[in-house]
Amino acid sequence: MADALLIDRTEGATLRLSASGAWTSHNATPLEREIDAAARRHADAKSVAIDMAAVERLDTFGAWLLERLVRSFTSRGCATEVTGLKQDYRALMDELHQIKLEAPSHDGGNRIVAGLAALGRNVAGIGDTLTSVLNMLGALCVALVRVIAHPRRFRFTSLVHQLDNVAWRGVPIVLLITFLVGAIISQQGIFHFRKFGADIYVVDMIGILVLRELGVLIVCIMVAGRSGSAYTAELGSMKMREEIDALHTMGLDPIEVLVVPRVLALIIGVPILTFLGSLAALYGGGLVAWLYGGIDPDIFLQRLKEAIDLKTFEVGMIKAPFMALVVGVVACIEGLKVKGSSESLGLQTTASVVESIFLVIVLDGFFAIFFASIGM
Amino acid sequence: MAQGNGKAKETVIEAHGVKVGFGERLVLNGVDLDVYRGEILGFVGGSGAGKSVLMRTIIGLLPKRGGTISVFGQDMDAASDEQRQAVERRWGVLFQQGALFSSLTVKENLQFPLREYLNLSQRLMDELALAKLEMVGLDASVLDKIPSELSGGMTKRVALARALALDPDIVFLDEPTSGLDPIGAGDFDTLIATLQRTLGLTVFMVTHDLDSLHTVCDRIAVLAEGKIIAAGNMAVMLASEHPWLKAYFRGKRSRAAHPVAEPAAAAP
Repeated sequence: MADALLIDRTEGATLRLSASGAWTSHNATPLEREIDAAARRHADAKSVAIDMAAVERLDTFGAWLLERLVRSFTSRGCATEVTGLKQDYRALMDELHQIKLEAPSHDGGNRIVAGLAALGRNVAGIGDTLTSVLNMLGALCVALVRVIAHPRRFRFTSLVHQLDNVAWRGVPIVLLITFLVGAIISQQGIFHFRKFGADIYVVDMIGILVLRELGVLIVCIMVAGRSGSAYTAELGSMKMREEIDALHTMGLDPIEVLVVPRVLALIIGVPILTFLGSLAALYGGGLVAWLYGGIDPDIFLQRLKEAIDLKTFEVGMIKAPFMALVVGVVACIEGLKVKGSSESLGLQTTASVVESIFLVIVLDGFFAIFFASIGM
Repeated sequence: MAQGNGKAKETVIEAHGVKVGFGERLVLNGVDLDVYRGEILGFVGGSGAGKSVLMRTIIGLLPKRGGTISVFGQDMDAASDEQRQAVERRWGVLFQQGALFSSLTVKENLQFPLREYLNLSQRLMDELALAKLEMVGLDASVLDKIPSELSGGMTKRVALARALALDPDIVFLDEPTSGLDPIGAGDFDTLIATLQRTLGLTVFMVTHDLDSLHTVCDRIAVLAEGKIIAAGNMAVMLASEHPWLKAYFRGKRSRAAHPVAEPAAAAP
């Protein structure tokens, strides 16, 4: 710790404070303590003289603390005088002397009220999300109609580029994941069904589960995480750098230029990935059934033919483009919601993935009810 | 502390034979530059000439291929991590876009360096944040804003306040007046000059603004073809016969070329 930076001495009615040492950021904490202590101790002083001659160095930190000391005395109507200040530091002190400390008043507010307000905002936010989904769907339809009316305006290159990103580059990871999921379900099924001597029904389970539900769901979740987040981040950073505004000013519709190719790429890509993923899951299931459960591939295939029909396959494939639409629309909405900061980009990307996975699962539930009621 | 004027010139930044390149291209090819304590050095050059590159090299953001740079007499290549940090604490940098942390409020941005390097009471930090903010000509109403809510000029002022948070000896300003209107730019120049006087700063200013060069800079260094082709005050620049300098300082846009043209331009 440094030596005393402020020594006080009473001389008649006058309090004499002698400052010394380095009044810099390095000593700011002990200095602040000494200054506040001096101001408290001599709260009843009538006149104060502060001698700064022995101060070696003074920076903004020290100067501010000196200013605080002076203010604490003058505010009590005590005559204060600063002497011996080096010429170099005069300008700094004058500058600080003019600073008004009027921090904006913070009313902390009631915690319960704030909590309720946040809850209310969140509920309203759900409504806003639904409105913006409808809004985007509408804008998308309008843009699509325009593109169909003027096919030359359609951005084919962009579509191919997005398809390459979304579908072609996604194939390996989708195949791997669905293969593993198929294998795991098969292993678990055999393990538990064996207790009832019903091993062979594992084929029915894999066939129906994968083709109706799991294939499309896993692919959609993968796509939401892989491509949906990428869409949000791309559009969001374009928004941040005013590229979207630039498109507007050139008379182009950002929905048509940016959103239509992206959403179309998903609508085309996801069914293809679903098809491939379902095959990989069946393959993985069959492989485990053979190696672990002793179900011969011939028997597996024969049983599979009996267990499923075209409808089972159709149910999964019909759902794919709708789920793709949801993922694409949510990703683009969230991307266009990004504001100036990089934090908002991160928030919207998270929101995009969470919302699209949630909506995909909700949509899947509606489809289940729908298909059950039409007997598929 | 020495405050320039009249005293023996003390060099705070010394660059010798600095070479920096990207890929095949050598942007800086042997730059020699000294910056003296207490001066405002204006650093000019054509777009893409490597002004920002030199600044970024000095502050250690870009690797160099040759030459030496010493700051406060400390050779930055030979410096240990602690020495480097000690030097870094003594400079402040104002980036061209402000580079305020977008997830923090203005107050948090200003207090960030204080929090990292010093152990101060919250009250002192709050007061200092407000004091610095007022020194750069803003008031308490912006304290709780986030950077994306600020205008271009305000962003620059807040960024300058942050650069000054630790009372640096040198501030590096990368095009401080770009993107500001002439009034705002003029105010900013005055602000820099005032702060330089009050805080005894050394200012290294990369700029294109001829008015800034005229009004606040003590000395000007010119970068062209990867080298410093001239350094000196405005009179030296105006007297030079180097074609680039002639075009820059005595070209169509320079004030020196039309000392009497301004009133005429105001007439209908």
